[in-house]
Amino acid sequence: MATTATTAATVIEGARLTHLQRLEAEAIHIMREGVAESERPAMLYSVGKDSSVLLHLARKAFFPSPPPFPLVHVDTTWKFQAMYAFRGERAAEAGMELVVHQNPDCVAQGINPFDHGSALHTDMWKTEGLKQVIDAHRFDLCFGGARRDEEKSRAKERVFSVRSPQHQWDPKRQRPELWSVYNARRRPGETLRAFPISNWTELDVWQYIHLEQIPIVPLYFAAERPVVERDGVLIMVDDDRMRLHPGEVPMTRKVRFRTLGCYPLSGAIESAADTLTGIIQEMLLATTSERQGRVIDFDGAASMEKKKQEGYF
Amino acid sequence: MAHASELIADDIEAYLTSHQYKSLLRFITCGSVDDGKSTLIGRLLYESHLVFEDHLAALAADSAKVGTQGGDLDFALLLDGLSAEREQGITIDVAYRFFSTEQRKFIVADTPGHEQYTRNMVTGASTADVAVILVDARKGVLTQTRRHSFLVSLLGIRRVVVAVNKMDLVGFDEEILDAIRTEYLDFAGRIGLDDVTFIPLSALRGDNVVEPSPNTPWYHGPTLLGYLETVAVDDDTATLPFRMPVQWVNRPDLDFRGFSGRIVGGTVRPGDPVRVLPAGTTSTVARIVTMDGDLDEAVAGQSVTLTLADEIDASRGDVICAGDAPCEVADQFEAHVVWMHEDAMLPGRPYLMKIGTRTVGVTLGHPKYRIDVNNLDHLAATTLELNEIGVCNVSTDRPIPFDAYTGNRDMGGFVIIDRQTQNTVGAGLLHFALRRSHNIHWQDVQVDKAARADMNLHRPGVVWFTGLSGSGKSTVANVVESKLHAMGVRTYLLDGDNVRHGLNRDLGFTDADRVENIRRIAEVAGLMVDAGLVVLTAFISPFRAERQLARDRVEPGEFVEVFVDTPLEVAEERDPKGLYRKARAGDLVNFTGIDSPYEPPEAPEVRVDTTALSPEQAADLVIDALRSLRIVP
Repeated sequence: MATTATTAATVIEGARLTHLQRLEAEAIHIMREGVAESERPAMLYSVGKDSSVLLHLARKAFFPSPPPFPLVHVDTTWKFQAMYAFRGERAAEAGMELVVHQNPDCVAQGINPFDHGSALHTDMWKTEGLKQVIDAHRFDLCFGGARRDEEKSRAKERVFSVRSPQHQWDPKRQRPELWSVYNARRRPGETLRAFPISNWTELDVWQYIHLEQIPIVPLYFAAERPVVERDGVLIMVDDDRMRLHPGEVPMTRKVRFRTLGCYPLSGAIESAADTLTGIIQEMLLATTSERQGRVIDFDGAASMEKKKQEGYF
Repeated sequence: MAHASELIADDIEAYLTSHQYKSLLRFITCGSVDDGKSTLIGRLLYESHLVFEDHLAALAADSAKVGTQGGDLDFALLLDGLSAEREQGITIDVAYRFFSTEQRKFIVADTPGHEQYTRNMVTGASTADVAVILVDARKGVLTQTRRHSFLVSLLGIRRVVVAVNKMDLVGFDEEILDAIRTEYLDFAGRIGLDDVTFIPLSALRGDNVVEPSPNTPWYHGPTLLGYLETVAVDDDTATLPFRMPVQWVNRPDLDFRGFSGRIVGGTVRPGDPVRVLPAGTTSTVARIVTMDGDLDEAVAGQSVTLTLADEIDASRGDVICAGDAPCEVADQFEAHVVWMHEDAMLPGRPYLMKIGTRTVGVTLGHPKYRIDVNNLDHLAATTLELNEIGVCNVSTDRPIPFDAYTGNRDMGGFVIIDRQTQNTVGAGLLHFALRRSHNIHWQDVQVDKAARADMNLHRPGVVWFTGLSGSGKSTVANVVESKLHAMGVRTYLLDGDNVRHGLNRDLGFTDADRVENIRRIAEVAGLMVDAGLVVLTAFISPFRAERQLARDRVEPGEFVEVFVDTPLEVAEERDPKGLYRKARAGDLVNFTGIDSPYEPPEAPEVRVDTTALSPEQAADLVIDALRSLRIVP
């Protein structure tokens, strides 16, 4: 074998593929279909671990060419500083153009999670920002890192999902998807979202990161960080824009993040896991689901579905 | 998610290594709301410790609010996704669930059993290795059981579990299971399902789902999860002939040209001879390129990039095949078609077909019959409505590479796309090419003038009428065309009416324009001769040079010059359009015979004296000339 034994692409005995090899091959197939059937594809890049896996798969899909699309980061200006540093390194390493979009209305109005609340903050920066950058660059297909196991309404999401010219998702206009034959056609003005890691679970993502040694933002690893505790959630004081309540004093705790978003909206967990295997170990022994760290989910069971219909990723 | 928690806690590295080699099984569950299908899947998730605490808390709250199990956890509520569906109490689409055990990762396609069943079940079954068909022990084999089994069989799933649920409600009676087995196997034999396993269980209570039940001491088979963990994953594709539809041509620079795709059959190694279809060109595999390094071998299921030893042309949609076992190429097929849209199928309407990575134009014939999925009866049909399945002839607008669906799902399964809405409106399974288009090795057939002429009962040629205005060219030409048409000759008449108003509307009557006028007519006539027609032209065409040009445009023996010889004074006397009068009055300049010359032919094939012959007689002279040149029989 010309390959090393540690990569997911290794063929194991009996000519049978492992579950990760099958998932990897499927994701690569989806990316190539998306590129072949669109004119201006892009990859939505959130800097999180799922985005890291997606980027890695894109490099594999088109090797030895660089991925033939830009990375698009819909920025809120409120991400962790470590995420901004990581973002630039990854784009340079992959030889890809990085498109960063900050909703100019939000910049002008100074939209932030403290004054405007998480719902408005997310809607304006992310939902509106995403629509703006798709319109401005006339992207007709965007790859995203959503997984079907993340949340109930996503279990029925298609791999290729049509959005109206107003970027809306209509659950009734979902196309049947059979075999691995994906219909990526669209009417004028419509766009597509394509989700290459639809069939991956959180464990698959972590195991793949481990096997393929994919770089992830250091915030996933436990370290001493300044935090405050609010409503039972640990919030990291990432820069001096953090508004402390009267009497609130940042304390140093060994924490890490299971999901990354805007730092005032991302809950940290106390942890000693400072290695990848440690993280996986902790995750496997955990008893609460991944999305619990996301403040966005707290407003009701159908909230994600509603956000998706409005155009949120 | 805490299986094997001890190993996880004690030696995470060992745990990860063991889990690196898990296989993947995709299965579909079929049954109605009442069969307890959602409860069964919920139970599998719960028993494999995949339900997190916060999910469980939400489940407990939901169970109390809308649950159907009294105070108990209602596992079905774990699955229902969209809020509108939750309120209706039914799932209306295909949902995918994930869980894993020590041995395997599982992807479950969960489809409902109500009226949208066909579309959703076909979708879910298209990617499944195994089907779990639920039967209510109290009700036995129902119409829907047969329907689900037929669809499973149609989509090519060979391994089926009949999960006889609610055994707790029939006292775990062995005879009930036996009766269901006997009845089911009779039906299964008729639809070609021969690998069927029967498991008595209670999804609600957990009997034989994960652990063997003490309530069924007479049952010695596997539990449902035990079966799913050990059933052979469908590796048949690895033993098929090599197939890789080209998705994307990878050209980072002039030195590298790779063909990227996912292998859908067989294995490939460097040095293997391959044939690219539909072109039929051959080469050998040079390298199997991946970012992890070149591979010595790649198998079905892997996404790779191949380079070939020769610089042959291949593009998206082509299929790279084993050189000694290429797939077929054809443009007419018999296929099963499943209609998936509210707007019924329109036979003859141009749709798009996507098969593999190729999208082509397609038309579907009238259904030969439609299948009653409940009893397999063949019914007469003129179209297919939503959720109907029929057998149709399918014609593509160009030859496509394919294998029969039963041999290779990825080479024979296709979707149908509406050209206007771009929606997926149907799906189909190719079975075989119709004989008239069978091309095992597609040869590049040269369609040329001779090939086109061969399809006619005559040879092509030009009958060029020339003469003064009012001489009777059009009159005679019309009679000739009528006679030829009656003889089965494919004709076309070019005259002032259909040329001056269109092709040559920009031309006037100066000498230069007259020359250009004739040049264009000669060119069109030449093209029509290429197409295999007998072309008649009726123009004054006053200059010998231009008539010679028209003659030279076709081959010797294909040009018949007909001089409609009418003296000027006779033509002027007829003056059917009043043009001579205008010309004499000076209202019309450059009029042939008055102030513009006419050069009579020196050696025409036919000379017609209209002062002595009727149009009929003149026409017969022309036909005689065509016969003597053997243009017409």
